[in-house]
Amino acid sequence: MITTDVLIIGAGPTALFAVQQLGLIGLKAEVVDNLDKVGGQCSELYPDKPIYDIPAIPECTGETLTKNLMKQIEPFNTNFHLRERVEQLVKEGTKWKITTNKKKVFIAPNIIIAGGVGSFEPRKFPLKEAEKFEGSSVFYSIRDKKYFDKKKICIFGGGDSALDWSIELSKNSKVVLVHRRLEFRGIPKNIETVKKLEKDGKIEIETPYQINSIEGDNKIKAITIKDDKEKIKKIDTDYILGFFGLVMKLGPIAEWGLNLDKKHIPVNTENFQTNKEGIFAIGDISTYPGKLKLILSGFHEGALAARGCFKLARPNEKYRFEFTTTSKKIHERLGKKQT
Amino acid sequence: MAKITYIEHTNKEHVVEVPNNMSVMEGAIQNNISGIDADCGGSMACATCHVYVDEKWFNKLEKKDEGEEDMLDMAYQPNKFSRLSCQLLVSDELDGLIVRMPSKQG
Repeated sequence: MITTDVLIIGAGPTALFAVQQLGLIGLKAEVVDNLDKVGGQCSELYPDKPIYDIPAIPECTGETLTKNLMKQIEPFNTNFHLRERVEQLVKEGTKWKITTNKKKVFIAPNIIIAGGVGSFEPRKFPLKEAEKFEGSSVFYSIRDKKYFDKKKICIFGGGDSALDWSIELSKNSKVVLVHRRLEFRGIPKNIETVKKLEKDGKIEIETPYQINSIEGDNKIKAITIKDDKEKIKKIDTDYILGFFGLVMKLGPIAEWGLNLDKKHIPVNTENFQTNKEGIFAIGDISTYPGKLKLILSGFHEGALAARGCFKLARPNEKYRFEFTTTSKKIHERLGKKQT
Repeated sequence: MAKITYIEHTNKEHVVEVPNNMSVMEGAIQNNISGIDADCGGSMACATCHVYVDEKWFNKLEKKDEGEEDMLDMAYQPNKFSRLSCQLLVSDELDGLIVRMPSKQG
């Protein structure tokens, strides 16, 4: 069980800056995120795309922004609980008891939901039949590649995940790579390697095709694929792997009794508290009149939510506003030498 | 201003007027038309505003760039008339545009 002042759900830029704002006013935060790295959408969706509207930073990539935010919160030694998803919130007295999918328990008076539009999950095959084979012959990620040794595998997708795994698995298995169009969007080196493996007869490439049906009872025996002109091909296969990127699902957040407006959580703009005391929502997941889905708005929202958290974390203290330029207390928290 | 017809996968039709320079995606969101999620808010990063453009209209639209085509790889059941509606900017020329939404976005 971990006791803290604030549990933050999500590790995107908004969450990271909230850690900083909390740290400055002396509050400790723990951060939980479903992804395997910090940065949220910045890291997952557009790490290389430049962003032009961060104040005082004319241009930076999602990756650089994340790196800089991590640097900025270094003094606070924050714990990140990655690859974990918050499943349950229960109010116990004046505090919240938070449980993750790995059964980790946090006790905190405050929760800040900075969850983007929910947690990232792999996009799945559009066929209903694919569901019943999931985890046995249909996969969206690979934990142990030995599982696929000496088997027939169909890999779907046109990005680097599909290409990487086609290259890797073709060493010990028969791989068919299927993609909806002729072009692949992976890095040139991967595309060259795959094309070479095709020439050498190590990989079969089927483009432009998409999945059409799955045959088999307990496990997959064969699939059919279809092109734009409805031409159908049958492929015998043991496994199918889909690499269609990630999609955001609201997930358990929808079950916590929070008011919801479609996929967003309405908040007040004074401290970004939701309809539940001690639960705040900031960044893309929050909504209010005039809401702008910008990173800079998320920063502002985090700063105000942090002050909101102070009340419940330090009920007997009075919050005093201070500037980072002059406050000795803040300098101490940042580990800066007094001058 | 353009009159745009959005057709849900259930065939439910919505005809709305969308001002110029808004995206076809925003036209749907602001009119509470379901079937377009637009999770990323229009930054071409999620493929949840995927639409099938009516055949007659498809070639009249500005061509998609590589980034959009890449993103469409992630879309749910894309076909040759697939576009991301956040990349379709409304102008008078789009008056009468018809788009259909897939049965789901992710």
